[in-house]
Amino acid sequence: MILERMAAAGEVVKLVGSWGSPFVVRVGIALHLKGVGYELLQEEFGKKSEILLKSNPVYKKMPVLIHNGKPICESMIIVEYVDEVWASAGPSILPADPYERAIARFWAAYIDDKLPSAVPILIGALEGSKEQAIEQIFTTVQLLEDAFTKCCKGKSFFGGETIGYIDIAFGSWLGGLKAVEKMVGIKFIDGEKLPLLVGWAERFCSNDAVVNIMPQVDMLIEFSKVFQKKN
Amino acid sequence: MVSGGEVKLFGMWASPAVRRVEWALKLKGIKYEYVEEDISNKSGALVQYNPINKQVPVLLHNGKPIVESLVILEYIDEVWKHHPILPKDPYERAMARFWAAYSEDKCRDAVRRVFFAEGGERAKAIECLEETLRALDGELEGKEFFGGENIGFSDLVLGWMAFWLGVSEEVASFEVLDPKKFPWFTSWIDNFLQVPAIKENLPPRDKTVAFFHGYRRLHLAAPNC
Repeated sequence: MILERMAAAGEVVKLVGSWGSPFVVRVGIALHLKGVGYELLQEEFGKKSEILLKSNPVYKKMPVLIHNGKPICESMIIVEYVDEVWASAGPSILPADPYERAIARFWAAYIDDKLPSAVPILIGALEGSKEQAIEQIFTTVQLLEDAFTKCCKGKSFFGGETIGYIDIAFGSWLGGLKAVEKMVGIKFIDGEKLPLLVGWAERFCSNDAVVNIMPQVDMLIEFSKVFQKKN
Repeated sequence: MVSGGEVKLFGMWASPAVRRVEWALKLKGIKYEYVEEDISNKSGALVQYNPINKQVPVLLHNGKPIVESLVILEYIDEVWKHHPILPKDPYERAMARFWAAYSEDKCRDAVRRVFFAEGGERAKAIECLEETLRALDGELEGKEFFGGENIGFSDLVLGWMAFWLGVSEEVASFEVLDPKKFPWFTSWIDNFLQVPAIKENLPPRDKTVAFFHGYRRLHLAAPNC
């Protein structure tokens, strides 16, 4: 479950979202990495709260970060905002070098192109071909294994010794991927094919900034039953 | 002209994503070599530099490839810091990025749907597109550009609408750019197209219209491609 913390004096930080959403998890991880206290405004499934509709009138979607009354939307945009506002608190989420930042942004965009359109199909939350979704996930994780091999072999995370932008973009999906693995009986993060990612996933999920935020697999599987009932 | 190493841009003349990178380069006065790609017969270089998506634009800076137009814009802004595209304030940067994402996630799809819609689907598709124009119009209220007094990141990313939406209207015979419905957005189009770096860097209108006529015909003949 998402761990809230006391905000620093003068700062009001609220996170509008739901514990199960990888997009919300991303923001939670970024806030924890920077030691920023916040209040979670838990959205009820199937309903959109007044505060969500008011703070994100364009998309009406979570997460929304409300910092001293100002709303920021879109998970990776929020992560970058957190990195910039609390730059001196905690390690940098994005690398300093412009080229490495471009690589990080590329992978975050790639992940957002491939996983949100595939994982929910396997949970039953989105219509689509299960075979295609499975293939798409396999292709994505293999490319990320290759990327890790090229850029980060020997290091703990895509971001180096600390969790970075790509780690957050991808790692936030690990709960959902593990749930889907159990539900469809397929191993996506397979130790034989993806030895580096297996180690990375363990380190990521056990990291202080992640361990209390990553939704538990059994809870996600239980939650996903609501989609199966509909179908 | 500003140097700062060797800069090459792989592009395609009709592509809005490529133009937005060129606009950024021109605004900052960065010298670059342009390489026109034949999309139907992609070069070895393009596939080498962008093996995952195999798409233009690709920016090559001192031999290192950067891909995805929004990623390229941020890279350009970070390497060549004069004439900044993104604002300094983190909240304003987040807002600029938000509207850029809106362009790619909502607006492009909305225009595409109208462009290819036939018969009964068209009215609904136009409604969706008008919804996006309403959102953009609202955001522009009281402003000359999305970036305020000068063009910025969101303007460059949304800039395709200032030209290619008009082209789409002509090719697919529809009309959404109504100054009465979207006064701020239609003014913004005029303002945007007057900026020299933009005005001097647009594809020829007739050629673009002809190109997209062909593109539309091809897609409607084989919709699953």
